[in-house]
Amino acid sequence: MSALQKMMGWVDDRFPLTATYKAHLSEYYAPKNFNFWYFFGSLALLVLVIQIVTGIFLTMNYKPDSELAFTSVEYIMRDVEWGWLIRYMHSTGASMFFVVVYLHMFRGLMYGSYRKPRELIWIFGVLIYLMLMAEAFLGYLLPWGQMSYWGAQVIVNLFAAVPFIGEDLSILIRGDYVISDATLNRFFAFHVIALPLVLIALVAVHLVALHEVGSNNPDGIEIKKHKDPVTHLPLDGIPFHPYYTVKDIVGVIVFLMVFSAILFFAPEMGGYFLEAANFVPADSLKTPEHIAPLWYFSPFYAILRAVPPLFGSQFPGVVAMGMSIVLMFFLPWLDRSKVKSIRYRGPIYKIALALFIVSFVGLGYLGLLPSTPVATIFAQVFSVIYFLFFLLMPWYTSIDKTKPEPERVTG
Amino acid sequence: MKRLKNLLFLLAAAPVVAFASGASVHLDKAPVNLSDQDSLQRGARMFVNYCLNCHSAGSMRYSRLQDLGLTEDQIKDNLLFTAEKPGETMKVGMTKADGKVWFGATPPDLSVISRSRGADWLYTYLRGFYRDDTRATGWNNTVFDKVGMPHVMWTLQGEMVAVHKKVGEHEVIERLELVKPGSVTLAEYDAMVGDLVNYLVWMGEPAQLQRKLLGLIVLAFLAVFFVVAYYLKKEYWKDIH
Repeated sequence: MSALQKMMGWVDDRFPLTATYKAHLSEYYAPKNFNFWYFFGSLALLVLVIQIVTGIFLTMNYKPDSELAFTSVEYIMRDVEWGWLIRYMHSTGASMFFVVVYLHMFRGLMYGSYRKPRELIWIFGVLIYLMLMAEAFLGYLLPWGQMSYWGAQVIVNLFAAVPFIGEDLSILIRGDYVISDATLNRFFAFHVIALPLVLIALVAVHLVALHEVGSNNPDGIEIKKHKDPVTHLPLDGIPFHPYYTVKDIVGVIVFLMVFSAILFFAPEMGGYFLEAANFVPADSLKTPEHIAPLWYFSPFYAILRAVPPLFGSQFPGVVAMGMSIVLMFFLPWLDRSKVKSIRYRGPIYKIALALFIVSFVGLGYLGLLPSTPVATIFAQVFSVIYFLFFLLMPWYTSIDKTKPEPERVTG
Repeated sequence: MKRLKNLLFLLAAAPVVAFASGASVHLDKAPVNLSDQDSLQRGARMFVNYCLNCHSAGSMRYSRLQDLGLTEDQIKDNLLFTAEKPGETMKVGMTKADGKVWFGATPPDLSVISRSRGADWLYTYLRGFYRDDTRATGWNNTVFDKVGMPHVMWTLQGEMVAVHKKVGEHEVIERLELVKPGSVTLAEYDAMVGDLVNYLVWMGEPAQLQRKLLGLIVLAFLAVFFVVAYYLKKEYWKDIH
């Protein structure tokens, strides 16, 4: 026995190091037919690491103080060694996190990855998505620019629209009667400690649940149904390491090329990743002409504005916005189709999914524009389609004409 | 299918919605060229001479002007007006409260003004001052109506007046006309403002020259890494069918 083996033996007697490595990497059997859409899970993990590491370095020079915050960001951009790179990695990472997560969720919708027995994976995933939105919202206040300030103002006012407790609730969130230094301090605390902890814990349970039931695949069939009679390993499964680690490296490099192209050549991404108005320090007395949410929130903002106020209260819109995310949790039970993957679904689901995507993107686009009567009508149409995709799902998935699933995975 | 068609129509019409909400003032294209070091140096001189009396650039250190090819002595001798040492930031003597009293609003810090306003806006704005006796300063501006800032560079540009035309019910400014020439021609003035805006764009993010160069190196590295990783993946996967 070599010294290394001896050492591993010593550790394994006290901690399941080899067993964990096997269970999650070298002997985790993943379907061999993963396609392009299966890169985004590992990429999301990569972006999480980028955000945490760059976040730590940003914290070293950022000042969560309403007098100093804006200048401290510029200090990072100019006077801190490589500060501009760290800051742009963090700001580009925020938007790219959502790009990757939206594609990851779309993959789930296409191949029915939320269906039995993966309901909990999906629910943990939606929770991660919710936390991510909260994390992004809190982080956006920190540069203390005009959009930081007024964006936070708009979102916190949504809580104020809740009947009876709304006013107190919004004061509790702000820690003041207006967005102020107290708000900045608590948002900073939540952004750098509380939510990252929750996020990491959720990612961990998301992965544990995934590795318990095994990954879905583009055919939407269970590879555990056909096992080798001798080894009891899935016939269509391959060890995650080395096969998917080497494959994911290729995906990571392509992703990093896109990431770098944005970071080094267009960090503002035409105002979508860093808004021009956020280069003006927060001013509580000057409301910007047009308050646009960041692109990844805009579909929900559009739903909010599409719902007309009731008795002068925005509450119905707030409820609609909340419901648009809450509905996602029920997806595993709303889908009654005999098959999981879009490959074997009938035309109705395909059209429903296409309409849903068009509506979601359409809402995202409208959410960035100032509200006009025409835009509101568009947003209302898209919102109705968005909700019907979920609410009518039990009906249209059960009458849809499906094709038979294959026994074994296809290419 | 009809529903789908309607939807496609709605989507096709969507850009019209966007257009309807756009801003109205026409902006001239600023001649920004960050590789023109002479222009950036001239712009820096314009900036300290004309802007830095009322506006600060609180995030910008004088010493950073070395990135534009100036030596520390050159900076000390020619540009250091509001500070003692080149390591200091571009502060301004006027207090915020005084600025508010004198101009109606505190003159904004200009460190990142090019990133919030955009180069074209600044270029048009600085060339858009005209005489307006109804204003306390005697000046108004085509892109920033009723602006508190007077025309600081009027001795250079001279005095412009607005020529109006009627569009429907409204009187709008058609163009500006020079009534009293300044010390330079209008073309020379445009070039000077061009230099100044070029400098402001650089000052908005001094790291941007370095950033683009590094970006090329990073992308080149990733391209090589991609080839290696791609063949590594192929090698591993050749026994998977």
